[in-house]
Amino acid sequence: MDLRLEGITHHYDGLLALDGIDLAVRDGETVAIIGPSGCGKSTLLGIVGGLLKPTAGRVVTVGAPRADSLNPFTYVFQDFALLPWRTVAANVALALEHHRLPRAERQARVQAALALTGLADFAAALPRQLSGGMRQRVGIARALVVRPAVLLLDEPLSALDAQTRELLMEDLLAIWARERSTRLYVTHNLDEAARLADRVVVLSRRPGRIREIVAIDVPLAERSGPAIAGVREHLWALIRDEARDAEREVQHG
Amino acid sequence: MAERTAPVPFRGGGFQPRPRRLVPVAVFVAVIGLWQLASARGWLPALFMPSPWQIVGALGDMIDSGTLGKHIGASLSRIALGWVLGTSAGLAIGLAMGIFSAARAAGLPVVSALFPIPKIALLPLFILWFGIGEPSKVATIGFGVFFPTVIAAYTACDSVPRNLIRMGQSFGLPAAAIVWKILVPGAMPGILAGFRITASIALILVVAAEMIGAQYGIGAFILSAGNLMQTDQLLAGVALLSLLGLAVSAVLGAIERAVLRWR
Ligand SMILES: Nc1ncnc2c1ncn2[C@@H]1O[C@H](COP(=O)(O)OP(=O)(O)OP(=O)(O)O)[C@@H](O)[C@H]1O
Ligand SMILES: [Mg+2]
Repeated sequence: MDLRLEGITHHYDGLLALDGIDLAVRDGETVAIIGPSGCGKSTLLGIVGGLLKPTAGRVVTVGAPRADSLNPFTYVFQDFALLPWRTVAANVALALEHHRLPRAERQARVQAALALTGLADFAAALPRQLSGGMRQRVGIARALVVRPAVLLLDEPLSALDAQTRELLMEDLLAIWARERSTRLYVTHNLDEAARLADRVVVLSRRPGRIREIVAIDVPLAERSGPAIAGVREHLWALIRDEARDAEREVQHG
Repeated sequence: MAERTAPVPFRGGGFQPRPRRLVPVAVFVAVIGLWQLASARGWLPALFMPSPWQIVGALGDMIDSGTLGKHIGASLSRIALGWVLGTSAGLAIGLAMGIFSAARAAGLPVVSALFPIPKIALLPLFILWFGIGEPSKVATIGFGVFFPTVIAAYTACDSVPRNLIRMGQSFGLPAAAIVWKILVPGAMPGILAGFRITASIALILVVAAEMIGAQYGIGAFILSAGNLMQTDQLLAGVALLSLLGLAVSAVLGAIERAVLRWR
């Protein structure tokens, strides 16, 4: 299933947040979206997943999602959004409970998602007992359990410390090698974009417009080495001035 | 050449409440002991301020004559019935106000207008409507419990993080599932905190209502003891109220620990 964003424009009562975003995303591709603070990245992701209605433009799917996908557009949240009163396994199961599935299959799916994210031993733990990295693994397992066609990740690693972030990036790459979904990955972190993405969409500061789309043709396996340094430099050069301007902007309202 | 060494002085510590098991017991014993001593020495007029021992004696008499159970039973059953009715209605309306904007817009002005009325002022009206018997007392308690429950329930709904609700929507949960699996459990801490408030309101109202017209009940007992200048019995009734309040708060504490284990 391919994805096409056609002229997405969004106003927040008077404030133009996104202006005419056109983007085609191929099936199975990982597209990172970077841009200065407040340029509308979260807004764009909200629109793609149907949580926000754009002022103008539309998101269309081309082709059908895979047949076993229970929730084609699935989010991974920056703040994890786990239910603190549910155990790890129950948090993951939440995404399945309203679907008609045989009990055995439901359990098997939850077990598989927990195993894939390295949570098999933590099924009965409560979120508050887990570190930030493990909590985000629960968020990822909950997203995988519905076999998403498009994974929408809004700064999934931003709440984590640098070491945990590094570990989770490796995990994400390992998971994505085994699971077929399209991913839209919003981040502030150029490293994450350069390490994980096939293409990086660079947005201008508000109102967000596409400045440039950078394709990264270094194989994923070689991304941790110096091969990626040039891409990083290039991305930084693209957003540096605007990031500075955005940072110095006084917030209105 | 050896420099003089000096340890860095310790400046931290303190300002951290820590449990001291014996202190509360000691304070309790000391206060009662002093009181008993003052009574025994005649520093306190026995007619107006009986000694702790006399109060215990009065309680013992009540147990012997079997009136203790009657009074407590009458008060407890009024509290239980009024509280359950007021709480059920309050939760239903409060949750509706937390979920539906229209319900909130309709309910808020009414609740705001009626909440500040001291509910005991309505007892005469309820007596006219329902007669002097049980229903008017139960209605007073239920009414007094209802409004704080409404307010606790809808503010607790507001305090559930919106991102959890968006998460539910993003997984395609039906609205009913979002209410029962996300909103209500998330509002539980606020609702249970409201229960503590309504339990004490119920205790106040039952005593007041029983003082206006009842044969049995702790309030009625205290009033009649006062009329007969039986201060030992009067204070025995007050002590019963203290025990009742402690028991209720212990029960609520146990419920909170069980329901909010995830915190
Ligand atoms: N609900 C809202 N109402 C009004 N304005 C909003 C709302 N949400 C976002 N905005 C504004 O729209 C702009 C884009 O917001 P958005 O959250 O999409 O940016 P972002 O790129 O995700 O920012 P960040 O990098 O800080 O996460 C910002 O200026 C923000 O202040
Ligand atoms: Mg954002």
